[in-house]
Amino acid sequence: MSITTTSPAEIGNSGNSSNSTNWPEWFSKDQNEAWELFQSLPQPKRNDEPWRFANLKALDLSEFQPAKPVEDKAVLIARSSGLADLAAKLVFANDALIHREVAGLPAGVLLLSLEQAATEHEELFRKHFMSTEARLGSKKFAALHRARLRSGAFVHVPRGVVIERPIEIWHWVEGENATILPHTLIVLGEGASVTVIDRFVSSRDERSLAIAVNDLTVGTNAKLHYVGVQEWSDKATAFHLNTTEVEKEGVSTALQMNLGGAYIRGESDSHLLGEGSRSVMLSINPANGTREIDQRTFQDHFSPRATSDLLYHNALADSSKTIFAGLIKVEEAAHETDAYQKVRNLMLSDEAEANSMPGLEILADNVRCTHGATSGELNEDELFYMMARGIAPKQAAQLIVRGFFGAVLEHLENRDLQDHLGEILDHKLNL
Amino acid sequence: MSAHSSSSLSIRDLHASIGDKPILKGLTLDIPKGEVHAIMGKNGAGKSTLAKIMAGHPDYTVTSGDVLLDGESILGLEPDVRARLGLFLAFQYPMEIPGVTIANFIRAALQARLPEGEELEATDYYAKLYAKMDALSVPRNFTSRSVNEGFSGGEKKRCEILQMAMLEPSYAVLDETDSGLDIDALKIVSAGVNALRGPNIGMLVITHYQRLLDYIVPDKVHVMSEGRIIHSGDKDLALKLEAQGYDWVEKEFGESGTKAA
Ligand SMILES: Nc1ncnc2c1ncn2[C@@H]1O[C@H](COP(=O)(O)OP(=O)(O)OP(=O)(O)O)[C@@H](O)[C@H]1O
Ligand SMILES: [Mg+2]
Repeated sequence: MSITTTSPAEIGNSGNSSNSTNWPEWFSKDQNEAWELFQSLPQPKRNDEPWRFANLKALDLSEFQPAKPVEDKAVLIARSSGLADLAAKLVFANDALIHREVAGLPAGVLLLSLEQAATEHEELFRKHFMSTEARLGSKKFAALHRARLRSGAFVHVPRGVVIERPIEIWHWVEGENATILPHTLIVLGEGASVTVIDRFVSSRDERSLAIAVNDLTVGTNAKLHYVGVQEWSDKATAFHLNTTEVEKEGVSTALQMNLGGAYIRGESDSHLLGEGSRSVMLSINPANGTREIDQRTFQDHFSPRATSDLLYHNALADSSKTIFAGLIKVEEAAHETDAYQKVRNLMLSDEAEANSMPGLEILADNVRCTHGATSGELNEDELFYMMARGIAPKQAAQLIVRGFFGAVLEHLENRDLQDHLGEILDHKLNL
Repeated sequence: MSAHSSSSLSIRDLHASIGDKPILKGLTLDIPKGEVHAIMGKNGAGKSTLAKIMAGHPDYTVTSGDVLLDGESILGLEPDVRARLGLFLAFQYPMEIPGVTIANFIRAALQARLPEGEELEATDYYAKLYAKMDALSVPRNFTSRSVNEGFSGGEKKRCEILQMAMLEPSYAVLDETDSGLDIDALKIVSAGVNALRGPNIGMLVITHYQRLLDYIVPDKVHVMSEGRIIHSGDKDLALKLEAQGYDWVEKEFGESGTKAA
């Protein structure tokens, strides 16, 4: 397969993006290198382990175009309505920052566009921006993201600063076959704390491509809550590539909710760098129609006494398909690791297909690792109980699915956030 | 009681089986609106089976006979349709539904009874829910707990009655709602049931204990044995059963008794 047939046509030919003037000089060089890397890397092939069971046809990106500026910013800003009580909100539309609203951020916190961060805080930016390689299969697409990146969000919470209320970041895509490259870079200094919610939304019911990247860096004793709520149109192709690095005693809790899209590839790579660090990896995946959700995860333990907890819940209706491949790796030094990995598939249809490939690689002694994948159907007795109350079977099934996802939401500490995400789910499930 | 003849829950010569094992063997029973009937009978007599068949459980096959709700057969209807017609079953073993809160569950059940496009009014709903919870001594924080998950036996039973109180059925079958209740809870639940009593509801109370019938005084008591009602009487029959057990009644009226006669 040649590059021209597999990469976004215009994106591939257009050279530097229109916004390039907002970026510092050195970043263009960086982008050129990324472009070369993108071109040199082969398209994933059938026998590539990280793409096992994947639908490689979905990786033909040749139809996609660079996104043009959106028609009506005001409408999208108005539609960017999520949590009521926020510390700040950013709204991006087709990779341009169109709105910034700060209700209250403690002194020293940086909430900027990536280009501003690269210009004004070069050292910080260079240190944390895509600093680890995409190891779970999408190196080529990560390179494309880097090469054609136009904007994104930069959140830096310095040492000791706690932001009580969440920060919400909206990423809109608009235009038939439009491509966007959303990016959220979060850096927490020692003892810092913040909650960030990324909202990924299509402005209309259009086909589009998103290659979204987030880098989460959690310092010593710092605490991050990160939620990605993906509600792309049902025709969208999207990559969601996440890297999390946690230092000593730091805690990252990251949830990805995939509520939309035709083809979704998620990669989530947690590096437990410091002693006693912790990473909680959660995902909620209602799959219906012909949606395909392909998720690859890595819980990489480098230091002693770190814990990682992964819980992915997939509910598969119609002829949807999910793939989960997760690896827990305990490096030699990582004694007393406690790692947990569980994927549960709730099969709502005989035509749906769930593939689960849990994996373990243990190089240290005295560790506790638990992993497993389960698949089950709706419990007939539960269904009967609900129907005996007058609830129609379809609705009853939705309630059970909602409950199945609720079990994941419970792992978030913040009750208001739980409720808010619960409402988004209710809406999605027509409850 | 001057209920119209069709205002009843009527079970006519019902035969039903699970797999090829017959469980109900010609059961006939009529519960007019406004009355409370009790069914007593040994373990395995088929009481819960009767309750579940009326509610439409898919595991059972009705081989002959009929169940009429206000004169209309409900046997061909799905369980949810039967419930919306006004039939309620308080389960002997209520199911746990992880992740579905009591509040959302009952709301969905009420919402299902509204015409398409009509929304349940949230404030009224919660006001009513809290009032009923208070009356049944169900702590208000139960609204955000998953249905029956981790509930004690008694809490589950109270929750069944809470659902009944919220859904206001026209016929209710209470399957051993008293078992697992302590004395205080028994009084509370009985009071809750009695509060719902009236000309607009017919109830069938399945129990093993005469004690319950001191609180919920039945209009009639039926004895069930091997899938049939073998004897009926007034509330004093329950006292006699409590004192003397089932042997005499089975001898006198049951399959073996009939044969011996
Ligand atoms: N799913 C089933 N499979 C096989 N047998 C069943 C099933 N359900 C019920 N039965 C049998 O049917 C008979 C009647 O059971 P049922 O639960 O109706 O009794 P019951 O009168 O409610 O008893 P109890 O007083 O113990 O609650 C029993 O012999 C029981 O074992
Ligand atoms: Mg029983």
